[in-house]
Amino acid sequence: MTALLETRSVWQRFGGLVANSDVSISVERGEIVGLIGPNGAGKSTLFNLIAGVARPTQGSIWFDGEDVTGLPAAERCRRGIGRTFQVVKSFETMSVIDNVIVGALVRTTVMREARRKAHEVLEFTGLAGRADVLAGELVPAEKRRLEVARALATEPKLLLLDEVLTGLTPSEAQKGVELVRKVRQTGVTVLMVEHVMEIVMPLVDRAIVLDLGKVLAEGKPSDVVRDPKVITAYLGDRHAVGT
Amino acid sequence: MDTQFAQRRRRELITAACLAVLAALVPLFVKDVYVQNMMVLTLMYAALSQSWNILSGYCGQISLGHALYFGLGAYTTALLFMKFGVLPWFGMLAGGVISALIAMALGYPCFRLRGHYFVIATIVIAEIGLLLFHNWDWAGAALGIDIPVRGDSWLKFQFTRSKLPYFYFALVLACIAWFVTWWLEDSKWGYWWRAVKDNPEAAESLGVVVFNSKMGAAAVSAFLVAVGGSFYAQFVSYIDPESVMGFQFSLLMALPAVLGGIGTLWGPILGAVILIPLTELTRSYIGGSGRGVDLIVYGSLIVLISLARPQGLVSLFSRRKRAAK
Repeated sequence: MTALLETRSVWQRFGGLVANSDVSISVERGEIVGLIGPNGAGKSTLFNLIAGVARPTQGSIWFDGEDVTGLPAAERCRRGIGRTFQVVKSFETMSVIDNVIVGALVRTTVMREARRKAHEVLEFTGLAGRADVLAGELVPAEKRRLEVARALATEPKLLLLDEVLTGLTPSEAQKGVELVRKVRQTGVTVLMVEHVMEIVMPLVDRAIVLDLGKVLAEGKPSDVVRDPKVITAYLGDRHAVGT
Repeated sequence: MDTQFAQRRRRELITAACLAVLAALVPLFVKDVYVQNMMVLTLMYAALSQSWNILSGYCGQISLGHALYFGLGAYTTALLFMKFGVLPWFGMLAGGVISALIAMALGYPCFRLRGHYFVIATIVIAEIGLLLFHNWDWAGAALGIDIPVRGDSWLKFQFTRSKLPYFYFALVLACIAWFVTWWLEDSKWGYWWRAVKDNPEAAESLGVVVFNSKMGAAAVSAFLVAVGGSFYAQFVSYIDPESVMGFQFSLLMALPAVLGGIGTLWGPILGAVILIPLTELTRSYIGGSGRGVDLIVYGSLIVLISLARPQGLVSLFSRRKRAAK
């Protein structure tokens, strides 16, 4: 069987800036993959290309055995790519449950069914107690959770998480990690962008490190963190010498 | 929790039915023609504002050019009747369909614009429509159209002796606009529209086709407004470009919703019930220079509302409810 997600030598140029150059990665079904790298490595760019916000200058993106390069974001969601946003984008004037219903409506147009699904997802993500609160009144950690809940309501095959664990307190982040594990147990493949290594490394099955728009290293988290190239990219040349 | 939601929906429906019955009984006690006239206008603006609210309130695409659809409805009905003898009932439908199609044709380029730029585009387009009708000889140009009177009948929807048939029609129109809103509120479209208003990018990521959502809202909104325009043409029986397509109609559709609560189910009705009688009263009691005074009233109301209660007057009710819980 082919990989769930594949990018085939993807390039993205913004004027003279090359944000992604010749990036080929793949994500297998059932994996949790971490996409990491220092600031400006091109993680978000690649992420947006996969989610369908932008189109690559060159190269193609394959999902579930089909070329999705030209498809808009909404169509990719329908095909099974769910995502969260780094800067949360809740529907602030809508209640938490209504936020999630919007997601559920991709799979059904029967309101009762969408509502049932939304309740189920809120239960799963631990937001059930906040169902009738306006999304705008949630605290930041809850908003992150809502992002995940909304995306899960679309019943994705692949869930793209954009720094959902960044900026949380250690206990909140721990809960987030547990949630991601729980999501994987339901059969959803996860690709997550993070730059806080300590949180991601124990969680992911595989890590892909981007630097300056290129794939720098790829493999088991324990191997990747020892890779001299990765250490150089994160900490600079001087630190690499010692290893 | 679901039953709570279903209960709320049912309560809204029952409240609306009760209000409609009450409104229908009012003419039994109010025989004064001037007041009846005012009630007809209030109901008409409630319906118009409710329709405007679908695109601008729920979907968040603020239009200040809905006079175009109002005028198109009025002109379509009047022209079809006068030139081809088509009954106003069909003219109403035709006006609605034409307006919906034009709204989508205009939406095609305009929905790429956001925020203020979209608002400006709607104003400009409505002004262009106004100019076109000013210069279109076949449609009466600046002189307008006198709708020929063929005697009182429901078939031709003309009544010279009594305002009551118009009153009941306006009431039905307001009820339809309310019911359509109520029905759409708990449908895929209703959720899509609110999502598009709050955050189009997030909506897109959840499978909402933002562009189609806006087009749908524009079509429904324009259709209903055009039906209101058709009604108005029959009601006043004389139309010219300025009196059915002038900017003031765009404003008068938006203001009740803004006053009552934009993007809410009850806002437009509440706003119309307050604003329209107030306008008519200032116009007639302050006399000849009234035209300026009603504008001052609008202005002050809007300033007051945006200072004290930007969510509109309906929020007064919901706040009280929450406190009571």
